Amino acid sequence: MTGRIPAVDYLALEPEPHLVARVCTACGAEYFDRRNGCARCFGTAFEPRALATEGTVTAFTVVHRAAPGLPAPYTSVVVDLDGGGSVKANLLGTNDPAAIMASTKVRLTTFVAGVDDDGVEAIAFAFEQIGGVA
Amino acid sequence: MTGDQDIWIVGAAMTKFGRFPDLDLLDLAADAATSAMRDADTDMSKVGVLTMGNVYEASSNNGQRLQKQIGQTGIPVYNVVNACATGATAVRVAMLSLLGGESDVALAVGVEQMGKMGLLGGAAKGKPAKKEFAPKGRYGSVVKTEGVLGTGLMPGVFAQAGTQYALAHGVTAEQFAKVAQKNHAHSTLNPLAQYRKEFSLEEILAADVISWPNTLPMCCPTGDGASALVLTTGAKLRTLDPDVRRRAVKISASVLTSDPWVAGGQVQPDVNTLTRQAADKAYEQAGISPADLDLVELHDCFATAELVHYDNLRLCEPGGAGDFIDSGAPWRDGRTPVNVSGGLLSKGHPIGATGVANLYEVATHLRGEAGDRQIVGARVGLTHVIGLASACAVHILEARAA
Repeated sequence: MTGRIPAVDYLALEPEPHLVARVCTACGAEYFDRRNGCARCFGTAFEPRALATEGTVTAFTVVHRAAPGLPAPYTSVVVDLDGGGSVKANLLGTNDPAAIMASTKVRLTTFVAGVDDDGVEAIAFAFEQIGGVA
Repeated sequence: MTGDQDIWIVGAAMTKFGRFPDLDLLDLAADAATSAMRDADTDMSKVGVLTMGNVYEASSNNGQRLQKQIGQTGIPVYNVVNACATGATAVRVAMLSLLGGESDVALAVGVEQMGKMGLLGGAAKGKPAKKEFAPKGRYGSVVKTEGVLGTGLMPGVFAQAGTQYALAHGVTAEQFAKVAQKNHAHSTLNPLAQYRKEFSLEEILAADVISWPNTLPMCCPTGDGASALVLTTGAKLRTLDPDVRRRAVKISASVLTSDPWVAGGQVQPDVNTLTRQAADKAYEQAGISPADLDLVELHDCFATAELVHYDNLRLCEPGGAGDFIDSGAPWRDGRTPVNVSGGLLSKGHPIGATGVANLYEVATHLRGEAGDRQIVGARVGLTHVIGLASACAVHILEARAA
């Protein structure tokens, strides 16, 4: 068996890769994990909402000393997506703090994060700077 | 004034922080506990409640195990774990016991025996025999996400807390590094600190990057140590020896918070809101303002963290934390000395001990007993700890009115 599977269940691969939040129907709070209730308003009803694929970097770090077995350096970013939703992922294409601070607009992209023994690819999301590296 | 409902520190002690592979958790805790009782001119026969804070061996009922080394008297024991606020939570539980009338003398202990644990926050898991992707857990993940979907390791989380502030307010890597320069310099005066080595700003900026902008000297070490306090009520204090009363330090505010919901807070932990809420409530409880503080011991697990907490604790103008460190204000000869102990960065951070040890530090200054590192004439001080999950504690201490 071969094929593709999202690395996390809030990543939808079709028709184009995008993130899907679980949104509280009462207050609009957005979550990515399976929910028992809303941490903001205590509501218990949620609906999926497709999120925008572009956004703005609000925080970042370049990890040089990683957990054992992980390649470094890599850049972690927190991105506020246009229209709502805040998400953490890797930034591809640069590990230069000055370049990241100079150009904070990013768009969603995907990459293969692993392959299992059946040849199934785990597809993860990441971000890349809009307009390339400054 | 000694109100019946006020809580006072009458004994305080800490072990040196560092690496003590030949000592176990009980050795460290017993050392701090017996030193604190000796300092309070008391012993286990007078102690009515014991609270014990510890993180990594939290399921071992360490309070009762400690009693078996220092005195089994049948008193209630509360074993506490609350992230990096564990020690402060043990102190707070002791206060609640006193205020609830369960006892009139309490012993609060925080201890950790960590050894060299390395990077915290990225637990490794064993590999199954066959690798077959299947969604697991609350995010339906099929791979480990550290390094794939950003970083959740401690240096990275607090680096991102720092760069969030930097992107909003224009703080530079050099300004973050100045925090570490200050705390390492302060530590040279503290014989209880794990490290006592001064670094130049250039050395700090040129050191190995752990998680930008935090370089190695901008990250706290893991380590071993313990701290303990003896607390009593205002009513009881009046019955104690004059020398004990003279050295008593009043807990003017004690506030514990958890992280309230904020947008995005479950993706990147928000270390700010719960700290701000704790600080504001503490200033209100104590009836003082940040300008009244003679010293502050705040939770500098990373240099980036200390800088954002200048703002969260209202020590600087909103958005002005970078200017605050540039001005020299948080140096020991500045307007609001911060982490004159060396802070977590240099004094060390045995997790369960930290939230007690910062109270020991401030109380020692307010008693005028801090030796070479004494802030002369200190009357009012604040302590702050925060641990991810999250938990935050702020205490304000005042010297006894002369």
